[in-house]
Amino acid sequence: MSTFIPTSLNEAVAALADAPSSLVLAGGTDVMVEVNGGHRRPQAVIAIGRIPELRTWSHDPRESVIRIGAGVTYAELEVDPFLQWVPALSQAARTVGSPQIRNAATLGGNVATSSPAGDGLPVLAALDAIIHLVSATGSRSMPFNDFMTGPKRTALLPGEVIEAVSVPVFTGWQGYAKVGVRNAMVISNAGACLVVDDAGGVRLALGSVGPTIIRCHDAESFAADAVDSQARAVTDSDATEFGRLAAAAARPIDDHRSTAAYRRHAVAVLSRRLLRRAFPNG
Amino acid sequence: MGENEIYELHVNGSLREVRDAWIGESLLYVLRERLGLLGSKGACEQGECGSCSVLVDDELVCSCLVLAASAVGQAIVTIEGIAPAGSPSDVQQAFAEYGAVQCGFCTPGLIMATHALLERTPQPTDTEIREALSGNICRCTGYGRIIDAVQQVAVSRADGR
Amino acid sequence: MSTATRESVLSGRLGDSPIRPDGIAKAQGSFAFSGDLSADGALWGATLRSPHASARIVRIDVSPAWQIDGVTAIVTADDVPGKPTYGLISSDQPVFAADVVRYTGEPIAAVAADHPETCRRALEAIVVEYEVLAPLTEPERAIDGSHPPIHPDGNVIRHQRIIAGDQSLVGDVVVEGTYELGMQDQAFLGLEAALALPDPGGAGIELFVATQWLHEDRKQIAACLDLAPDKVRLTLGGVGGSFGAREDISLQVHACLLALRTGRPVRMAYSREESFLGHVHRHPAKVWMRHHATAGGVLQRIEVRLVLDGGAYASTSSAVLLNAVTHTQGPYKCANATVDGYAVRTNNLPCGAMRGFGVVQACFAHEGQIDKLAVACGLDPVEIRLLNAMETGDSLITGQVIENVAPVAECIRAVASLPLPDVPVGGRDGEPMQRPGGAGLTADPSHIRRGIGWGVAIKNLMYSEGFDDYSTARCRLVDGVASLKFATCEVGQGFVVLAQQIARSVLGVDDVVLEPIDTSIGSAGSTSATRQTWMSGGAVDGACRLVRERLFEHVGARYDIDPVSLAIDGRDVVDTTGTLRISVTEACAGAEFEETFEHHHRPTEDLDENGQGNCHTAFAFVAHRAVVDVDPELGLVKVVQVATAQDVGRALNPLSVMGQIEGGIAQGLGLAVMEEIIVTDGLVRNASFTDYLLPTMLDMPHVVVTLIEHPDPMAPLGAKGVGEPPTISSTPAIVAAIRDATGRDLSRVPVRPSDICLP
Repeated sequence: MSTFIPTSLNEAVAALADAPSSLVLAGGTDVMVEVNGGHRRPQAVIAIGRIPELRTWSHDPRESVIRIGAGVTYAELEVDPFLQWVPALSQAARTVGSPQIRNAATLGGNVATSSPAGDGLPVLAALDAIIHLVSATGSRSMPFNDFMTGPKRTALLPGEVIEAVSVPVFTGWQGYAKVGVRNAMVISNAGACLVVDDAGGVRLALGSVGPTIIRCHDAESFAADAVDSQARAVTDSDATEFGRLAAAAARPIDDHRSTAAYRRHAVAVLSRRLLRRAFPNG
Repeated sequence: MGENEIYELHVNGSLREVRDAWIGESLLYVLRERLGLLGSKGACEQGECGSCSVLVDDELVCSCLVLAASAVGQAIVTIEGIAPAGSPSDVQQAFAEYGAVQCGFCTPGLIMATHALLERTPQPTDTEIREALSGNICRCTGYGRIIDAVQQVAVSRADGR
Repeated sequence: MSTATRESVLSGRLGDSPIRPDGIAKAQGSFAFSGDLSADGALWGATLRSPHASARIVRIDVSPAWQIDGVTAIVTADDVPGKPTYGLISSDQPVFAADVVRYTGEPIAAVAADHPETCRRALEAIVVEYEVLAPLTEPERAIDGSHPPIHPDGNVIRHQRIIAGDQSLVGDVVVEGTYELGMQDQAFLGLEAALALPDPGGAGIELFVATQWLHEDRKQIAACLDLAPDKVRLTLGGVGGSFGAREDISLQVHACLLALRTGRPVRMAYSREESFLGHVHRHPAKVWMRHHATAGGVLQRIEVRLVLDGGAYASTSSAVLLNAVTHTQGPYKCANATVDGYAVRTNNLPCGAMRGFGVVQACFAHEGQIDKLAVACGLDPVEIRLLNAMETGDSLITGQVIENVAPVAECIRAVASLPLPDVPVGGRDGEPMQRPGGAGLTADPSHIRRGIGWGVAIKNLMYSEGFDDYSTARCRLVDGVASLKFATCEVGQGFVVLAQQIARSVLGVDDVVLEPIDTSIGSAGSTSATRQTWMSGGAVDGACRLVRERLFEHVGARYDIDPVSLAIDGRDVVDTTGTLRISVTEACAGAEFEETFEHHHRPTEDLDENGQGNCHTAFAFVAHRAVVDVDPELGLVKVVQVATAQDVGRALNPLSVMGQIEGGIAQGLGLAVMEEIIVTDGLVRNASFTDYLLPTMLDMPHVVVTLIEHPDPMAPLGAKGVGEPPTISSTPAIVAAIRDATGRDLSRVPVRPSDICLP
């Protein structure tokens, strides 16, 4: 049969090694849109959605790292323990598509598709997530920020499957915000994730405003000096400057969903508001 | 199509054989065209309308975005399996009674989503109803009577009726 | 709902809200929509469409498609046996493009094959060589003649002026504005679908199709197939909404051609993308208005220039333009007018009917103007509207006198007395989902501003300009069971339940059987123009009344009672002058009664060259008040509440009325803040539900409603029909509320975030 449903990761990568052109299907919510539209005609399918190793997560309290199997769905990410450990990821998860989509769509699928509008991706970028890849011949890991190389382009090699994503568990504030022209079930026109790491550093990543997710290093450096971590304070003018620097890092385009000018404006506002949420005083 | 996928799906409690299928067929297509289960509706084929909602292993999903052959071994429940034939569920009855049905095309998907919601959250707030059903587009009703019907069911169930 | 459901003596009568006869089946998924229909040996049909907005077809080579296993038929323009074109008003649209294509998505060929995927591959294999031409996409260039004609009928579909009263009057107060509307899609959920069954030998065809008007479809199909109309039999396939988009034919002729060619049943079903390309849309419009008033705010004169982009083919553009220009004054008294309206042809998507039909465009502009006038005169939005509110007996700018009940002021006052929402600005604590930005968590309550806005509308009912859009119904009464036969398209609105209610009320029966909706009876006209409750309701009522007369004659003869003294009381026939009381079932024992009735509305006339004439049949009125929360910095909007009072005449089924009102407002909300087909250089950019956004449950507010019930003596059942008004002035009300919250001069819908927050 040309649709294979492996029950282990080993089976999956072995099958993929045998037939490297196979379509690897996780939740299906991106791939099936292309198949239904006649834009992709699979010859063979490896459906990895039910592989137990991919459906699990583990927490390493010593390293303060949570390793999330690629097959964990967005519906699962919306709630505890993820809501407690990576609340920005939970917030992002809750904005993905519809409840039906979130029940099927996986974190690994979002990473594999690597759309600049992928809602989970700014969170992974801000957290410096590590993507764990596996193939029949071995495994490797790389930062998400290296993995995504362009719009829907990644460093995934033929024969490789995304196994898991590791993210740090921080104690500081973190949040995700996204602009869409509807209150639910909408593709991001501009998104931002702000994370305060355990060294007190502010990290900011933007989605839908460039070919990849954009980490805003200038804004992050500026915030390092501007915020008072103890008092959880930042001045209005510094928050505004933070937003301006974020917008300066954006490389948005005009398309049918929005304009470059609006997207640039929106990430400035979102970044400023997120910084204010993290540092509400002053 | 010169294709020859053969597999079995577990739908509404019975095993159903699928023959001579094209590999790219969605679960929605197979349910409708190969298994004669026409209650699940297709209106967007992108997971943006919810009309094709079914339960797969107890999770509400869009059947248009499930590759049919990948659902082998999973328990699939469609609108036809949500209540015995001839005996509508309380949700189905309430939708008809409280004006939640106009053209009816979105209705089976909304019924599936409502059952899934009330299983998890028996007494949902207005906002919880709206979020849980936000993946189901209705173009006729403006949703007011749908929300009313869902609330009526929640009240009835709480009253033990 | 603030108006309580009235008690009726027996359930299921007029004024009650019984369960619709298709309700449970629809909830169980067993109701058959047109896309659910199949037949043994049925093939799938599919359409090849132009990727260009304007091009000359140099060559079509279908032979590569024949190489694909499973392909059974391929048809092009050469294979159309009859008339090569069709159209509702003017027959200007080719069944298949032959020499030129005039819009993106225009059909070029159709194939029949064993599987949808085979069809898709066959379409990809057909070679079409185009010479791409520069498209005409600017409506003004169609008017000024700077682009050569893109169709033998020319680039102006209709030009209509209205000249009324003093043409030189200048008011104490003059306000001016230009308003634009984007292209809205009807976006019914049940995609276009049909099943065509050929008669043996191709002598005729049977078509099951989701449509709004079976007989008009039949007329156009028969002409294209070169068959006598009686050889083309149409049955309504279950319809998943229509909202105007099924008034023009789409896949009907193609499916029939393929079925006749193959001698086999053919199913066609559009994808969502194809649906966006395959039916007409709401006309994009540009409306300039100048309003003159006294210093006190009394409207004296309007000047209007209105341009509708009709796209590549005429469809109903000329009627949409008529509606638009004749409704430019709004529901306000105005004696003097200078109106200049155009519906033009371009290489954009064809436009035609959508709920509101031209009045949406006019209303968005006149309501913006009335608000400007209020500001200029120092009045509030309610005061100025009450000051100018139209009444029965007033004349329109066409000279037509409003003879209907016209409770404009009452609608406005009723809305003003409805409570404002108790939701605090920025939403309730812990419910960010219901703030502007929703799930995106973009705003905190401190970022949000609230606004309130008004919209009031007048809408004509039924068809206009001399068109006799009659409706036919047949009633049969046997053993106390009534059967109704009509060709009225049930598209979701609930005529099926209304018809049963009418029969129960008139005949005193409980059981009302509905026969199949098809072309074996006379036309019912279109399910559009807010006309079926009035027209087909009138036809069913008329047929039932004729049957009742026959029943009374029968009873009178049997009991020697003057039939005039007989009446229906509950389930009984009673003698109002004596003691006889027998059940209807008993009364009709041994007899059968059958009567057919055609309901015609009063005649209307064409407008003259100055736009004068009694062109419309009747009118209804509505008022809306919207409350919005806006995040001005991001330009995001959450509509918090819409309050409305609607002139319904009489609520024959209050739950259905409520459904029409809420559903119509949802479509008005969509146009206000999110819905637009984006067309650039004639190419459609967002033909999917991923990118054409419809309101979700988290976007729709609570709707509070007062029904204004003054039974209209002109209406057969006193009921005016309710479908279109909710869609019309809800849009300007929401936009006015956004203006109120932001201070921005928003003149275009849908309002985009950037319109609110960028310079």
